[in-house]
Amino acid sequence: MGKKPDLSEVSCPIPIHNQSQVLLGHGSGGKLSADLIREVFLPAFKNPLLEKLNDSATLQLNDCKLAFTTDSFVVDPVFFPGGDIGSLAIHGTVNDLAVGGARPLYISAAFILEEGFSIEDLKRIVASMQRACEASGVALVTGDTKVVDKGKGDSIFITTSGIGVVENNHNISVDGARAGDKIILSGAIGNHGIAILSVREGIDFETELKSDSASLVAPIREILEVSANIHCLRDPTRGGLASTLNEIAQASKVGVELKETSVPVCDQVRGACELLGLDPLYVANEGKFVAVVAPQDTDNVLRRLRKNPLGGEAAVIGEVVVEHPEMVLMRSPIGGKRVVQMLAGEQLQRIC
Amino acid sequence: MCLSVPGRILDITEEDGFKMGKVDFSGVIKRICLQYVPDIQVGEYALVHVGFAIARVDEKEAAKTLQLLRELDEMQDEPDGESSS
Amino acid sequence: MKFVDEYRDEKLAQNIINKISRMLTRNWVIMEVCGGQTHAIVKYGLDQIFPKQMELVHGPGCPVCVTPLEMIDKALAIAEREEVIFCSFGDMMRVPGSRADLLQVKARGGDVRIVYSPMDALKLARENPDKKVVFFAVGFETTAPANAMAVWKAKEDGIQNFSMLVSHVLVPPAMTAILDSPGNRVQGFLAAGHVCTVMGTWEYEPIAVAYKVPIVPSGFEPLDILEGIMMLVRQLEAGKAEVENQYTRIVTREGNALAQEKISAVFEVCDRQWRGIGEIPQSGLRLKEEFKAFDAAMVFETRAIQTEEPSLCISGEILQGLKKPGDCPAFGVQCTPENPLGATMVSSEGTCAAFYQYGRHQNQELTGAK
Repeated sequence: MGKKPDLSEVSCPIPIHNQSQVLLGHGSGGKLSADLIREVFLPAFKNPLLEKLNDSATLQLNDCKLAFTTDSFVVDPVFFPGGDIGSLAIHGTVNDLAVGGARPLYISAAFILEEGFSIEDLKRIVASMQRACEASGVALVTGDTKVVDKGKGDSIFITTSGIGVVENNHNISVDGARAGDKIILSGAIGNHGIAILSVREGIDFETELKSDSASLVAPIREILEVSANIHCLRDPTRGGLASTLNEIAQASKVGVELKETSVPVCDQVRGACELLGLDPLYVANEGKFVAVVAPQDTDNVLRRLRKNPLGGEAAVIGEVVVEHPEMVLMRSPIGGKRVVQMLAGEQLQRIC
Repeated sequence: MCLSVPGRILDITEEDGFKMGKVDFSGVIKRICLQYVPDIQVGEYALVHVGFAIARVDEKEAAKTLQLLRELDEMQDEPDGESSS
Repeated sequence: MKFVDEYRDEKLAQNIINKISRMLTRNWVIMEVCGGQTHAIVKYGLDQIFPKQMELVHGPGCPVCVTPLEMIDKALAIAEREEVIFCSFGDMMRVPGSRADLLQVKARGGDVRIVYSPMDALKLARENPDKKVVFFAVGFETTAPANAMAVWKAKEDGIQNFSMLVSHVLVPPAMTAILDSPGNRVQGFLAAGHVCTVMGTWEYEPIAVAYKVPIVPSGFEPLDILEGIMMLVRQLEAGKAEVENQYTRIVTREGNALAQEKISAVFEVCDRQWRGIGEIPQSGLRLKEEFKAFDAAMVFETRAIQTEEPSLCISGEILQGLKKPGDCPAFGVQCTPENPLGATMVSSEGTCAAFYQYGRHQNQELTGAK
């Protein structure tokens, strides 16, 4: 009490601060996740590389610049339209390397299996992982397996780490956005989160939506070839586009202005979000990225991106501004502006 | 607590004594209880709130509202007493 | 989306704003009484484009905000019980009670689930005969038909492990309470379109006559809200005080008779506490005697919990439109969305939270400060 917080809440209503227990919201990629990182992990592991909080860490080893990242995957259900936990794990880690400007090379995978999990299902997942590796040009070179008692593991958890090589001199970082830069989104948002919801227990709806889980290595490599002035690259996974843009605004200490009508969202995602009271800006994506680009290169980057099958719906959705630093504003379809907050906990369906 | 969305009725069935329907929200399809809109037909739109259709969307009125709003910039200030509904 | 997108058209919105500006000859104070409309106004930035002579005040239209603390504490106590599966709409999951919220109860091992519909909770009861399934029935009249049907069906089918914790509130008594309060400034009301979908508009006619205020039931898309305001301004400028329906594609004077019948079969009107306002007589719904077996407040005995709002909080005056959040000494200082003192800061549709969220941006632009 008495402390002035720097962020307020967008979904209804506000989580209690000063948690003594881990909540699901701590894993949602929003403000609670950021709190956990700031209050527990950063103070313990203080070092300048970690403090950058990029999707992957860039390491200088002699003459070689490497990118290194890790990620865990706990998605439920394990098989969903458009993918499974295995392909998700490979794409997720490969993408974290790619948005650091790196060429992904090697992956490790650690499996935590629940006693009783079907070996047939495990084979299916592993085959899917191999296909994803091939598509991304990486090799899975080391791994580990543990088994936990039934009831303690929710089928399967996968942790992947990845190493890539940075072969260019691009300076791509979450704190690199500058006033005047344009913000490009590679395609329509919300498909992954809604596809997962459609097969989860408790919500019952039919849709042809599939997860957009995909390797972004090719489209990112292609745009890096046409521009040396891409300042930030980030993939809006948990927490959605809104959380990613807030992270960029805060790290770069700039303002962001979006135009709602420019943000691509497919009809089915819109329908599901209207029905359930969700905002597509906060729904997870697994095959999209945001590029913050110097204004003079924007047209070239957009044109190149649109030529790639994964970037066909790419669009300029906004720009970086000097005003309202660390805040993301969005112009609504009818002209007014609203603040787009960082997701606080998980996004909850509302009926209000 | 008012979030309600219009959806198109795709089919109508009876389940466990209830009138139920498959309703289409821009390609997302959900089973909705139609017990409160017994006269609704396939192809019509219903307003849906927490799994129940609570009203039929009157398409003629919907068109009228939009037409009136389009004409606003052509209209002079009308005399007192004119109503738009 | 059909019947949605057309009502978000920028040019038509500008048409209406221009029309309202031409009509206005003086200042007017208008209140909306629906959290859904507050949400739409903030989401589309409507209050940035209204003509300044028109003051839009947010009323107690957020059921999350007005659910009494005691009711939330009761919900938490029930949710903590081992034999209970506690079901709720997402909206209520983060409302803090005296010690915790539903999400924290879940973290501690409580079986707390978000459902889309009360019928989903009923389905859970059928599928889990060894558990007691409880549904948190919070809301205005819009949600009452769904909740009524769930309880009615539970009784029809003899489901014994299903119950509802009921905290329904009614709009017309809240409106009259606001109009009756000394210092009331509200001159016209936007009425909640989806409440009227169920209940009709006829209930508002005696209010319009008795208090000489125009009342316009409106929809939730930006053009609906703008057109509703235009209709109110037209009446106010002409000295009229009638109930005039903006939401004609959905709302009728009589409302949905079948839904009203089911509500009356299952619920009866009762006095109700509104957080931040106090007790408003005959402003709530409770389960009728013959459905008492499905009343979670009876099925689970919970001790009465006395709670008090912090004395700094002026939620009540804000909910009645008498004061603005900026008038409150605690606003943004001791009272923020992260540490809310009162109802209106708890929910993002609450007036104080909406002002805090948007107001930060406005202050920044004016002063350049954070």
